Order: sequence, then structure tokens, then C-alpha cells
Amino acid sequence: MRVANIQVSETPLVLYALRRADDALILGHRLSEWCGHAPMLEEDMALSNIALDLIGQARELYSYAAKVEGKDNDEDKLAYLRDVRQYRNLLLVEQPNGDFAQTLVRQFFYSAFADLYWRAMMASRDTTLAAIAAKSEKESAYHLRHASEWIIRLGDGTDESHRRAQAAIDHLWAFTGEMFAVDDGERALIHAAIAIDPGTLRGRWLTTLSDVVSEATLELPQTDWMQQGGRSGRHSEHLGHLLSELQSMQRTFPGQTW
Amino acid sequence: MYTQALNTAETDDRGLEDAAKAAQFQARIDAEERIEPNDWTPAAYRKTLTRQISQHAHSEIVGMLPEGNWITRAPTLRRKAALLAKVQDECGHGLYLYAAAETLGTSREALVDAMLAGKAKYSSIFNYPTLTWADIGTIGWLVDGAAIMNQIPLCRCSYGPYARAMIRVCKEESFHQRQGYEIMLTLCRGSDEQKAMAQDALNRWWWPVLMMFGPPDATSQHSDTSTKWKIKRFSNDELRQKFVDATVPQAQYLGLTVPDPGMIQDADGHWRYSEIDWTEFKQVLAGNGPCNRDRLAARRKAHDEGAWVREAAAAYAAKRVQRQTAQAAE
Repeated sequence: MRVANIQVSETPLVLYALRRADDALILGHRLSEWCGHAPMLEEDMALSNIALDLIGQARELYSYAAKVEGKDNDEDKLAYLRDVRQYRNLLLVEQPNGDFAQTLVRQFFYSAFADLYWRAMMASRDTTLAAIAAKSEKESAYHLRHASEWIIRLGDGTDESHRRAQAAIDHLWAFTGEMFAVDDGERALIHAAIAIDPGTLRGRWLTTLSDVVSEATLELPQTDWMQQGGRSGRHSEHLGHLLSELQSMQRTFPGQTW
Repeated sequence: MYTQALNTAETDDRGLEDAAKAAQFQARIDAEERIEPNDWTPAAYRKTLTRQISQHAHSEIVGMLPEGNWITRAPTLRRKAALLAKVQDECGHGLYLYAAAETLGTSREALVDAMLAGKAKYSSIFNYPTLTWADIGTIGWLVDGAAIMNQIPLCRCSYGPYARAMIRVCKEESFHQRQGYEIMLTLCRGSDEQKAMAQDALNRWWWPVLMMFGPPDATSQHSDTSTKWKIKRFSNDELRQKFVDATVPQAQYLGLTVPDPGMIQDADGHWRYSEIDWTEFKQVLAGNGPCNRDRLAARRKAHDEGAWVREAAAAYAAKRVQRQTAQAAE
């Protein structure tokens, strides 16, 4: 049975909330894939905990997007009934878990950004977004600390862990540029002091990265080439598989209450 | 580990497990006193408890797998978050229980190795597959329900660390059980398809859940000493009957049929169930359940693939100590 995708009226504010919600959900989903399979029980707990924070953020942002849109959509319709071309998350967060180093480097790149981003967003004129930012900032600060500690341990651990951590950095680096990009719709929100300009955070983000990476005896790549596309629905091949799993129940049994 | 300092004196005393000490120990048990890690105990008491607590811990950890199977497919965001939190709780129980087991003198690493080598057991129930979303509701309702029946009396177990762990574990399990029942209630109030899904799950899980309480009293090996030491306060059959009596009305409320056509309610109100297929139970314990190999393979894979991470953490910790020592010497 075919289940139609919902249509979303992507006004700048709806699109803004959807993008951040999708980031949080997709990354949370990826982390939840570790549950039961992590290298140690303590990390099983930690990765699940971070996943729960992110899924919580996603729910608030989806609910807000639905409310701003003012139609029949809700958090579940937005999460479960949009296809890959309608998803607006960063390419970084949909990248597969890979090994533990790849998961932690992905988390490190994202959390170092999210921590700065949500802290700055606490000053948003939009009171709902400011409230979501205040909660997310606290969570992101912890996620960043956790990831940073692991980058240092892996980089300065054994030869193998160093090699794996460096390979993960080199592999994921090209997906970081997208975090700082802004389109016209979002620029209007920035002018209205509803959103902040992520481009202004890049310097501090790089400082955080450099400090941790150098303590870890690792290196950041010199290349400037960055992949783009997630924000407008041009994703990697990985996202479709993630969504087919995430959405399988809602697609198989449409319109039911769970 | 931090338990290494415990009981070093006692180890030397083991040859002197004389009748006087044993009598004193039993008198403390009879007086409902709690036994703590540094107290003298018969070696067999430690052995029994190490086996029981570590099996319990292994069950929590292996038990993450069947439910974890649905985290990425949970039907709503609320269910997804609740299931992830629940499986995370199970992991916490495992950690907590390994810590309790360590107070008896065996390290977590050694206990886990025994499980991965297939030498230590975990609950037979986790060797069954979760095929539909209704299995997640059923596990919460029945598997956690059965676990609570077993574990509530363990809150009064003579061994202090285990008893205290059980108090906390039972609180969380009873939350999980309500959550599972609520999933079932939602399904049973839903479409015909959802009701059929719920009934199918009950049909598949009912008998394996009854087997969770262990072999019938007449054939149980460990009960006698465990009862004397107040580790176990009710027999397998007593707990199983309690569970059935509590569960049948819950199934009726859901509008589901317990898959036991021979079940009758006796004059005292007890629901008398038919003969359990103990051959199936023995097969599952022997490693021939539908998922035994998959479960062990998944745990081994996580352990093996995580080895380089644990080595890195240990290497980094050692480097840090070395640097701090070098700094202090300057």
C-alpha cells in the first residue's frame, strides 16, 4: 500500500525548525543504532543518553514547526511521512556510524558546533526557540565534553586508535562546511534576530577543534572542499536506508495509533 | 578493580570454615541480618550468589538485544524515546549488578568472559525473537512482569549489595511493565490488524515466559541451599502461580486469549495452567533456542570490535599516570 508523503509549507521559520529537528533526529537515530553493541557498557549508556537528548530536541523542534505551520501536521507526521528529498538535515549527521572513532568524530564535529550555536540562540527573539536553545545548550555542552574526552583518548591512546581517529577526521571533514552555510530565507530570520548567523561561530568552532585535536596528537585536514546539499534535500545515499527503517511502521500501517 | 581489597583476609581463612563460623553465619541469616562484602561467609554462599547475580547481570545485557531490535523502528517518536530509555535502563541494571557481583570477589571482566565463552547462563527468554512491535509491548508486560515477581522477594535477599540493587531495579522494572501494558492496551483498542498483532505476540511469548521461573520444584537443583541462606524465599512453582494469577485478569482486560485451552480457575481462585513443555526449555538452555547463537554472536561482536577502544582508553590512562608521576618528580 502506498502512503503519501505529507506536504509541508516551508516558510522560513518552519524550514528553520525542520532543519534543526532533522539534524537532531537523524543523529539521535544513528546513535541509537549503537544500543546494545557499544565497546563497553558505560558507552552503551552514554551514547543512548546522548541519543535521547537529541530525540527530545527533535520532538520539540518538530512540534514547534507543526505549530508555526498551523496545518494538520505533528511531530510524528513530520518525522515519519516525509521522504528523503524532504529531509533537511546536515549531511554530516546521516553518515553511517562506522567504527567507534567515526561515531565520536561525527559527534565531536557536530557537538562543538551545536554547543556554540544553541548558546547563541538563547538570545533569539522567538521565545520558543530561545527556550529550546537553553535546554539544548546544556545538553550539547555535555555531549561536547564526552566526545572531546574520547577524541583525546583515541588520538593519544594506541597506534591503532590514533590511526582510526585520524581516518575518521579525514573522512568526515568535508561534511562540516554545511553547518555554517545560510540561505536567503534563513538570512531574513537572522535579520529579524530570530536566528543567529552560524558563520559567525566558525572561528570559535575551529579553536575548540584545534585545541582538542592537538591535545589528541591528531591533525585537522588542510582541504577546504566541502560537500553541500542536505539543507535542500540533496542527501547522501545513506539517508534513504535510514528512513526506510525509521519509517517502516508508519508506512506499513498507515494512519494508526501506536 | 575496586573490589580487590575486599576479603583478602577471608581468602586465607577458607580452610578454616569451621562449624562454629558456619553456625554463626546461619544464625545471622536466621535473624534476618544482612550479609555484607567483608563478612565471613561459607565459600558456597559466595559461589551461589556470584552465579546468580552474574546470570542476572548477563540477562540484563543480553536482554538489550531483542528490544534493541525495535529502537530504530519504533512507530512514533514518543515510543522511540521510551524504548531507548528502557533499554538504557537495562544496561544500567547490568552495570549495577556486575558491581554487586564484584563485591563477592570476581571481576566484571571475568564474569563477562564466562558469558561470552558460553559457560555462564542468562535468562532463556532472551533467546526468542522480537518479530513485531507487539513483541515490545508483550516483553514489557509479561517478561518484565515475571522478572518483578522473581525480584521483589530478592529485595529481602540476605546479601546486602544484591538486595539493595534489587530495590532500585524493581522500581524501574515496574515502570517498564506499565509501559509495556500500555503499548498492549493501545494495540488492543486499535485496528483489527493491531489486535491480531497483540494476540499473536501473546501466543508466542506466553509459554516461554512461564518457563522463566525455572524448572518445576520437584526437579530444581539449587533451591534448598538458596532457601536456607534466604537468597530465595519462594519456590519456582509458587512464583509462577503468583504470576499466572496476576496476569490472566490483565489479559482478559485487554480482550486477549491466553493460549492455554486447558486453563481453569480452581475453587480458590487460582488459574491452573496446563503442562509446560519442559523439553523446549531444556533445548533453549542447551543453546538450541531460536536466537541463542545470534545473541551470543552479537555480544561477542560488540566485545571483539570494541577491544581496540578499551585498549586505547587503558593506554591513554596509563600515559596520563606516567606523565603525572613524571611531573610530580620534577
